[in-house]
Amino acid sequence: MTNSWTDIKNTDLVIIMGGNAAEAHPCGFKWVTEAKAQRGAKLIVVDPRFTRSAAVADFYAPIRQGTDIAFLLGVIRYCIENDKVQHDYMRAFTNAPYLVKEGFSYQDGLFSGYDEAKRDYDRSSWEYELGPDGYVQVDETLQHPRSVYQLLKKHVAAYTPEMVERICGTPKDKYLAICKMISECSARDKTMTSMYALGWTQHSKGAQNIRTMAMVQLLLGNIGVRGGGMNALRGHSNIQGLTDIGLMSDLIPGYLAIPKDREVDFSTYMSTRGFKPLRPNQMSYWQNYRKFMVSFLKSMWGPAATAENDFAYQWLPKLDVAGYDMLRTFDLMHQGKVNGYFCQGFNPLLSAPNRGKITASLSKLKFLVVMDPLQTETSRFWKDEGVHNDVKPESIQTEVFELPTTCFAEDEGSLVSSSRWLQWHWPGQEPPGEAKTDAWIMAQLHMRLRELYRKEGGAFPDPIVNLHWPYRDPQDPQPDEVAKELNGYVVSTVTDPADPNKVLLEKGKQVESFGLLRDDGSTACGCWIYTGSWTERGNMMARRDTSDPGNTGAYSNWAFSWPANRRILYNRASADLDGKPWDPKRKLIEWNGTAWTGYDVPDIAPTAKPRDVGPFIMNPEGSARLFSRGLMRDGPFPAHYEPFESPVVNVLAPKIRGNPAARIFKDDLAALGTSDKFPYAATSYRLTEHFHFWTKHVWVNAVLQPEFFVEISEQLAAEKNIQKGGWVKVSSNRGTVYAKAVVTKRIKPLICDGKTIHVVGIPLHWGFTGAARKGFGPNSLTPFVGDANTDTPEFKAFLVNVEPSNGPAVS
Amino acid sequence: MAGLQSQDFARISATNFRPPDVRHDFEVAKLIDVSKCIGCKACQSACLEWNNLREEVGINRGVYDNPHDLTPNTWTLMRFTEWENPQSGNLEWLIRKDGCMHCADPGCLKACPSPGAIVQYNNGIVDFVSEHCIGCGYCVKGCPFNIPRISQADHKAYKCTLCSDRVSVGQAPACAKACPTGAIVFGTKKAMLDYAQTRLTDLKSRGFKNAGIYDPPGVGGTHVMYVLQHADQPQLYAGLPQNPRISQVVELWKGLTKYAGMAAVGFAAAFAFVHATVARRNDVSRAEDREAEHLIDEEAARGRKA
Repeated sequence: MTNSWTDIKNTDLVIIMGGNAAEAHPCGFKWVTEAKAQRGAKLIVVDPRFTRSAAVADFYAPIRQGTDIAFLLGVIRYCIENDKVQHDYMRAFTNAPYLVKEGFSYQDGLFSGYDEAKRDYDRSSWEYELGPDGYVQVDETLQHPRSVYQLLKKHVAAYTPEMVERICGTPKDKYLAICKMISECSARDKTMTSMYALGWTQHSKGAQNIRTMAMVQLLLGNIGVRGGGMNALRGHSNIQGLTDIGLMSDLIPGYLAIPKDREVDFSTYMSTRGFKPLRPNQMSYWQNYRKFMVSFLKSMWGPAATAENDFAYQWLPKLDVAGYDMLRTFDLMHQGKVNGYFCQGFNPLLSAPNRGKITASLSKLKFLVVMDPLQTETSRFWKDEGVHNDVKPESIQTEVFELPTTCFAEDEGSLVSSSRWLQWHWPGQEPPGEAKTDAWIMAQLHMRLRELYRKEGGAFPDPIVNLHWPYRDPQDPQPDEVAKELNGYVVSTVTDPADPNKVLLEKGKQVESFGLLRDDGSTACGCWIYTGSWTERGNMMARRDTSDPGNTGAYSNWAFSWPANRRILYNRASADLDGKPWDPKRKLIEWNGTAWTGYDVPDIAPTAKPRDVGPFIMNPEGSARLFSRGLMRDGPFPAHYEPFESPVVNVLAPKIRGNPAARIFKDDLAALGTSDKFPYAATSYRLTEHFHFWTKHVWVNAVLQPEFFVEISEQLAAEKNIQKGGWVKVSSNRGTVYAKAVVTKRIKPLICDGKTIHVVGIPLHWGFTGAARKGFGPNSLTPFVGDANTDTPEFKAFLVNVEPSNGPAVS
Repeated sequence: MAGLQSQDFARISATNFRPPDVRHDFEVAKLIDVSKCIGCKACQSACLEWNNLREEVGINRGVYDNPHDLTPNTWTLMRFTEWENPQSGNLEWLIRKDGCMHCADPGCLKACPSPGAIVQYNNGIVDFVSEHCIGCGYCVKGCPFNIPRISQADHKAYKCTLCSDRVSVGQAPACAKACPTGAIVFGTKKAMLDYAQTRLTDLKSRGFKNAGIYDPPGVGGTHVMYVLQHADQPQLYAGLPQNPRISQVVELWKGLTKYAGMAAVGFAAAFAFVHATVARRNDVSRAEDREAEHLIDEEAARGRKA
């Protein structure tokens, strides 16, 4: 989230699109209820289904899954055409006035530089025009045909309300009503918040779904302000922590990049990370990258990381591909190229796409280790469960180790919420049986591996034998020790160069803020964005002070919010060019003539003069990007692409299937289905009664939602002679499941490009372990393709067929 | 179930008990704001957990309602209704938390023949006291909301206690505590009515012209109330009665006991009949109802003669 859960109470308009907050985030949804009850805020829900969120919305409109970009580019068109833009904000705080290089173009669904064979772009033309001084050329009048503003206007021109209706199936009158409600939030004293979740990420253009709404918010002047922002509702309680800490194949903690093969040494790695400001006076905060990176390396390898050995840069793994994401890893496993696999808090047999391929892949492993508090389907992928897991155990040779772990209520540590809050928690009870913390298990593995490497050497023992392991009990690192390491500490005392008697940083002390981190090895820091979470003042994550001066919703003394305890990112943009709040009632920070002061930690240098330094300090241009340069693989502007499996062709670019820059492996391309055999547009989702695959183990939750079902419209049920509560057989080109039919008015057929489209809803929660009835997950059906930028699987839009059935036993 | 000594009572079933004074300022109420409810079932979950109830894992019958009805173990249940509003043309998903309404004039208590099996506390909570329950099922017949359920295991009647155990120590009911959106709130009846007015203002500003409070006078008002978007049509909400009243049979039965006391000659016959009628099933056909009324009239007449 750019803002926080508690900030949602400050909004005037909530739009839930690409998510279902009431259903999947019922506790956080209380802040929507609060905004509605206390401020009279309105709630819009746009979803293929009339959801639990829609049940309490002021306005609902249906949309065909996978067409959100067309909808939102249409909203941008509407706002520009009807002059509903926060002009001062857009001119000063976004790259709208910047000029783009000659040679950039967009035609027939493709941007300049496309290479069909590689399914990739040469992105060199997606760049600003720079002047001789190295700064971006700007046209403040926004009239230049190559200004971002004019290019954007041209780009969105095709998305008329008629075109949106044709693509999305959203009736024009409802669509225009929503455009009007959104556009009203361009007023300085009105804000809209966007709440989204996996309904936007799990698409082959997921990142662009989110970007499109971010662009809407920038045009409305809603980023950095109270009650505004782009608010990602994270799917697990600590999934925000997972990304922060770098548990992605291409990241290390604090969103630093894992080196590529070609970055042969530290200076080569750093050479593309200069982040030279692209406009005069800009902060370009990533200029500190080297400090964060060196401090990270010091935390990893301690005394073994020295200036002479480039702080052990060579011991980091190097990527030979863009990333070893889940899809690539399982594809390699499927090819027999993976020997062993560690599954830690992960149940891929139900959460990775195309279950048939996952089963086949796991069957090719030599060993599989599953660390989990619960029995998972993955740890029993070899077990014959009849129709629910139709395998032959005798033909599977994979050795499976199941290591029981503690769950969040049995151990101590921090959880990072969607609000970026690190909240410390304490164990509620002792772990049962032989359950151990994940840290204990990992430590045991490390100690044993280190011993083997020490004794026997090996191809590359250095990173393991030198790993910095300073824990009180090396066999069992404790949460406070790891937390302090993540925060960062002073390795060697630093004195003031002007006065050697003045100590700036004292050896052994916790670092107070990441601004103090250094690139000479005198500081160590596991995750720079967490600096400030455990300082010499103690554990900031354990704070539980509910005071809230000014009633801003910031709660600045509750836990710790990264970065720097900042509650709203880009909060400089809540004030106008001279540093006065756009809306005095929503003051966050303001310029008092000499410094920034207010309710939140300023997201800018405290003494940076308002007209000198732009609010988006992480960008070298100091402004936010409507045109994202070469940073997205699939285009500097979002464009409408159909899902890889779609019931209609792309009406704007009929030759293009799916997202032209999304990676798809050959076998998986062949496994895509078509609408002649699989005519219905399916989507997957969660239910309030359950949490992923965990709560089916809990009797109470199993009572509340006992059995796998799919949801279809009354019209489709009538057409196919399907009875409410009867069995249906749902198939895709990859698999078949059996489910009970929930026949509902909440799903209605959509008319897209003149064709009737039936939507099939498939919830995810059932498997073959636990207290609930045995069932299936949508991943038996979904395609093995992901987002062009993140490789998040396309779970939200695929094709199926539905037929009445007698159920799994006799069909 | 709270013991008979532990709280102040307003009424006790099948006795001549009269409270020394009635302190209405202590009356509590649970307000269920249907317009804020997201149907998450946290209340159902909390109810099962707090009361240590073990419901069966059922099946899906094509709807979100699970279990499919109140049972001796399910004392509260979300009932989901899909309704197309003919005026706006919009679909509405009306989600009502069903359970005991804790009537000010409780039909179950009036119908109960077993002394002390059903009590009403001064705070308005109507509670079943299991050790005195004889499983006759009269409470089922007496309830205008079809709430009590008779357990096949121990032949006793069960329903929501409004967490009388929690309330007696100053805690809100488990469902109110668990509700993530504040759709269930708990307090004095007056405070709840005042608060409900603010909700009506909000709902009316959003176009729900007939938003209102459900606190039906036919049962003397209730200690569980609803805020409804369409208070003019409560039956939209999974059949919430428009104007609930205690069945005349029960009123007569109550009149009989009041008049002649439990020793009346007709008691045995009437008991046998009503028992046969209500213990068989929870609901009674209209013909049976009429027959019962006739029989009770006869018995009452005989009782007067005796």
